[in-house]
Amino acid sequence: MVANDLNHVRETIRSFINHSINIEGLGDDENLFESGIVNSLFAVQLTTFVERHFGLEVGTDDLDIENFKSVNATAAFVVRKAGGNPV
Amino acid sequence: MGNIGSGVVIDLVLHGIQVVGVDVSLDKLERARVEILKGLRFAPLLSKHLPKVTSGEAIKRVNLTTSLEQVAACEFIIENVTEDWDIKRRVYETLDRVAAPPVCLGANTSCISITRIASVTKRPAQVVGMHLMNPVHLKSSVEVIRGHHTSDQTIEVVQQLFRQLNKQAIIVGDLPGFVSNRISHLFMNEAAFVLQDNIATAGQIDAIFKQCFGHKMGPLETADLIGLDTVTRSLDVLYEAYHDPKFRCCPLLRKMVDAGWLGRKTGRGFHVYPD
Repeated sequence: MVANDLNHVRETIRSFINHSINIEGLGDDENLFESGIVNSLFAVQLTTFVERHFGLEVGTDDLDIENFKSVNATAAFVVRKAGGNPV
Repeated sequence: MGNIGSGVVIDLVLHGIQVVGVDVSLDKLERARVEILKGLRFAPLLSKHLPKVTSGEAIKRVNLTTSLEQVAACEFIIENVTEDWDIKRRVYETLDRVAAPPVCLGANTSCISITRIASVTKRPAQVVGMHLMNPVHLKSSVEVIRGHHTSDQTIEVVQQLFRQLNKQAIIVGDLPGFVSNRISHLFMNEAAFVLQDNIATAGQIDAIFKQCFGHKMGPLETADLIGLDTVTRSLDVLYEAYHDPKFRCCPLLRKMVDAGWLGRKTGRGFHVYPD
């Protein structure tokens, strides 16, 4: 997989979220936290997954809920962070 | 220090307070150290209002030790030991001997009466209940329990501490379980009975509380966060205190504890936690 393979990254993240919270029909732009689908602690699980799965280091400045608020936001963050490198 | 003890340390360190953290073994201290560093790292992700503290700064503010005597220099003591009366009693007898005479003892207990805890010390006016809840650093309020002998001065000291932590103290009277756990454990226990009776899945039970009642977490997620062993012990304390069958522990809950499914801390409880 390469970083600009946004679709693949998005699918991986969607799969992790669906597996973790077992919810049907989650929209890729749906705000996980504002909608009450998950509590804020899930952001830690999601961030840890992103780091381990994609081999990225999420720095202090990256630890912003905006980067992890939805499937699309998280996928965009991964692609941006990888900067076009294989992930 | 367990879940809640680590959470208390995180909150204190975030607000610039020097901490002595005590646990019974080096293994447990190491687990607590990892949890504390993880909590501090992710704090800005969970709340924009919390100060950022680097791991280097955190290490300077925390002294982790297995020696209870090292709390002798502390200006306030927060006890977070397990919900077992014999263990609590022994810890308070030691704290009463070790702590300087003016120091107040804050019992961060789930259910055991503050008046009962105070009775084993020579400073009952300086013992106060403080039911901090996880994640401690994200909570804006705390249930503070006035024991039978707790003085106004002690209440003022604990309110000052919580002002420093940006928390509002809600002061209530003392009976086992206080307000929060006397009610919340009925929810969690009955949710376990509903699951045991195959009325709904764990996800459905929690979804009804979140999506219909507007709670941030469902009762089974909450039990997983607290730790099912702690929930079971608290139910046993409530049952023993009131002799009311409404507090009898759900057999499924006890079976999960026996199986080692304790919730988030073991990666599996009513729900699965991949990390």
